[in-house]
Amino acid sequence: MAEREQAKTEPIWRDPEYLRGAREMLPIVPGVAAWGVVTGVTMVNSGIGLPLAVVMCLTVFSGTAQLATLPLFVSGAPLTVIWTTAACLNLRFVIFSMGWKPYFHHLPRAMRLRIAYFSADLNYIFFARRFPDPKASPEQLPYFWGGALTNWGAWMLSSLLGIFLGDAVPMAWGIGFAGTLALLGMTASMLGGRITWIALGVAATASVAAYALPLKLNIVVAVAAAVAAGLIMEAAGDRRRATVDDRGERP
Amino acid sequence: MGLIEGLVAIAGLTVLTVVSRGFFFLIDKDLPMPGWLHKGMRYAPLAALAAVVAPEVVLDHGQLVQTWRDPRLWAAAAGLAWYAWRRGLLGTIVVGMTVLLGLRLGLGW
Repeated sequence: MAEREQAKTEPIWRDPEYLRGAREMLPIVPGVAAWGVVTGVTMVNSGIGLPLAVVMCLTVFSGTAQLATLPLFVSGAPLTVIWTTAACLNLRFVIFSMGWKPYFHHLPRAMRLRIAYFSADLNYIFFARRFPDPKASPEQLPYFWGGALTNWGAWMLSSLLGIFLGDAVPMAWGIGFAGTLALLGMTASMLGGRITWIALGVAATASVAAYALPLKLNIVVAVAAAVAAGLIMEAAGDRRRATVDDRGERP
Repeated sequence: MGLIEGLVAIAGLTVLTVVSRGFFFLIDKDLPMPGWLHKGMRYAPLAALAAVVAPEVVLDHGQLVQTWRDPRLWAAAAGLAWYAWRRGLLGTIVVGMTVLLGLRLGLGW
């Protein structure tokens, strides 16, 4: 108890759980940083302009949404299309927020808003490993901030570096494809179980087939088709198996 | 796109980041959700990513690539092979880009 009281008066970065959260995040910092540099370079070379690139980098804090909406900015797509595209890509965060809920739902709203901004998907994976029991406890906040701020710092520094290195990188070599490769790796990391492979195939095919649609609507078509395919496959699987159990496609 | 409209778009994207990441713990009451939607949501993030990536790899100016000598195809395959082997995002990028640059600069594809 006395220890808790003391912890309150000390700065959070002295908390052992904060340090633990930061330390566990460190091994993947090179991966985050590479992704950040690529995003920064891609942003500044997209034609969006330096001021918007810097503002976007400092505020949006979602690499996938940034990369995916850049071509829309440049082609002058309507705001609704930009936001809809980002909302589709951010759906994975909505799913992670279901996982965060038991740990954070009781906190004051201002704190929850701050947590929401900083809670990247990588943080959720580490956090769920550290606290497998979905119950709130006092050491969770320092642990969360240790990991989240390490991730945020690595991301901000590297993507700003990328923005300012941008012109030094010869784009004719196709460096921008590194962004696509990063998204490709993220896509692969989401695969687990037969139905996710089918959803992947349907989405990729539908997106290519519907590419001629205006306003990147091919992405919306692809998501709808893949979700429908996933649900149909699940229903078919349930009917085939007499015992219905959730195979848990994703952790 | 002008500076002001760009800033508005970015402000909206930032709000979307907060709202999506906090969706279920920001709303105070439990949101009822039809079971099928709950299930189907699991495939949406994967589908959105795949829908963004696939055209970037196999399309060239809106047409399917007509030649196997397109470095992007080989770079994507190499990156995926690395990911299947080692599960590393950094390695996926490095291996894919090595192949891309090797083919483009070395063989002039």
